[in-house]
Amino acid sequence: MKPASFDYLRPATVADALAALAAGGDDARVIAGGQSLMPMLNMRLVQPRLLIDLGRLEELRTLRAEDGWLTVGAAVTQAEVLARPTLAREVPLLAAALPWVGHFQTRNRGTLCGSVAHADPSAETPLCLVATGGEVVLRNLRRRRTVAAADFFLGPLTTVKAADEIVECVRFPLAKPGSGHAFREQSMRHGDFAITACAATVDGERASLAVGGVADRPTLRSWPLVGGGLPPDLDDSLNAFAWDLGGDDDQHATARYRRDLVRRIGRIVLEEALSCRR
Amino acid sequence: MPPLTSPHTPPILAAETRHAVSIVLNGKPRSGHAHPRLLLSDFLRHELGAHGTRVGCEHGVCGACTVRIDGVAARACLTLAVQADGRRIDTVEGLAEANEGRMTALQEAFRRHHALQCGFCTAGILMSLTDYLSRNPKPTEEELRDMLSGHLCRCTGYAGIVRAVMEVTGQTVKEVAHV
Repeated sequence: MKPASFDYLRPATVADALAALAAGGDDARVIAGGQSLMPMLNMRLVQPRLLIDLGRLEELRTLRAEDGWLTVGAAVTQAEVLARPTLAREVPLLAAALPWVGHFQTRNRGTLCGSVAHADPSAETPLCLVATGGEVVLRNLRRRRTVAAADFFLGPLTTVKAADEIVECVRFPLAKPGSGHAFREQSMRHGDFAITACAATVDGERASLAVGGVADRPTLRSWPLVGGGLPPDLDDSLNAFAWDLGGDDDQHATARYRRDLVRRIGRIVLEEALSCRR
Repeated sequence: MPPLTSPHTPPILAAETRHAVSIVLNGKPRSGHAHPRLLLSDFLRHELGAHGTRVGCEHGVCGACTVRIDGVAARACLTLAVQADGRRIDTVEGLAEANEGRMTALQEAFRRHHALQCGFCTAGILMSLTDYLSRNPKPTEEELRDMLSGHLCRCTGYAGIVRAVMEVTGQTVKEVAHV
């Protein structure tokens, strides 16, 4: 499996990348870590005329926590974020979920922004972005705009990003004191695509559960705490959530199994998040 | 040609042209030519004649083609040769070359513990391990198996690989279950 032919540009600046992207239109694609795009190129599921490589742009290597957000630039790898010593304090959900993203060898090159732009419904990074109420910063030649994660994903491999835009960075809100977080997923082997992934956040007032791998995009639902604990009718709420997510049968699992995983793993991660509040 | 603003941006590499690519392969400068679509795995094998790196699934799943790019273990089949230009690439051939022509302790342990049979996956696993063990010199068996999940080996059941790594990292070799 070899990619079809394309031109290749390694721009020296983001502005040059955006100019080339604007000129290339729908026939141009950007690549950073390439851990989602390269398999699609090899299988010829995508056949761009022009490939624009963002991987070496220093401007996109931002990784910093300030003003209540952890900002991760487009050229920052999953391994670099995972190795950040303060990550478990800043965005504990991301610290719990990143080890589930691909494998050691693919996290070394794969980027968070690339995973978000790719928008696989079972991917962990988009799920964490939705679960935490994060943002996607998009940029083209003329403007920069910020889209809430909840509004960014439209369906499988489909987002609101226009053809002339890049995901410049993603922003995760820093965890609030007194909040708890938990992540679990079920897959055939560790590192495979999740059949169902669940991310829970509990703060002083609400319990939230985000689910990936069932609906066509990561989906969040939240419930008010009752007497400082999970709602007594949580099983019914999870059941209703599972049915609303729907899901399809595929070669990995049936929709029924996926809904059952939402009910079971959903409760487990919510209880974990409640019990690990700091 | 789009209106580029930076004088430092190199020209677009045309799809139909073979472009010069220079890498430092196992410590030695090497160069060849590559169409933009050529994978690093094919560049190593077909252009530079470095056949130690194996090519399996060509979509990043099997791990056979894993090499070190600037020291970091990565899939050569998910990297373009033109992306590797100017980079340091280490492949399995370099392990013994850097060890006065003798197999490294890790390779010897692989041999002793039958951590390979057909050997197709071995080059990739060795390159992953040399990066991984430099960052995590004494992994637990669970951590090691988690890392090995990025490689497919259909001969060994991974048991011999785990034993070899446990020994070479100075840890007790437990009775390793086949998984």
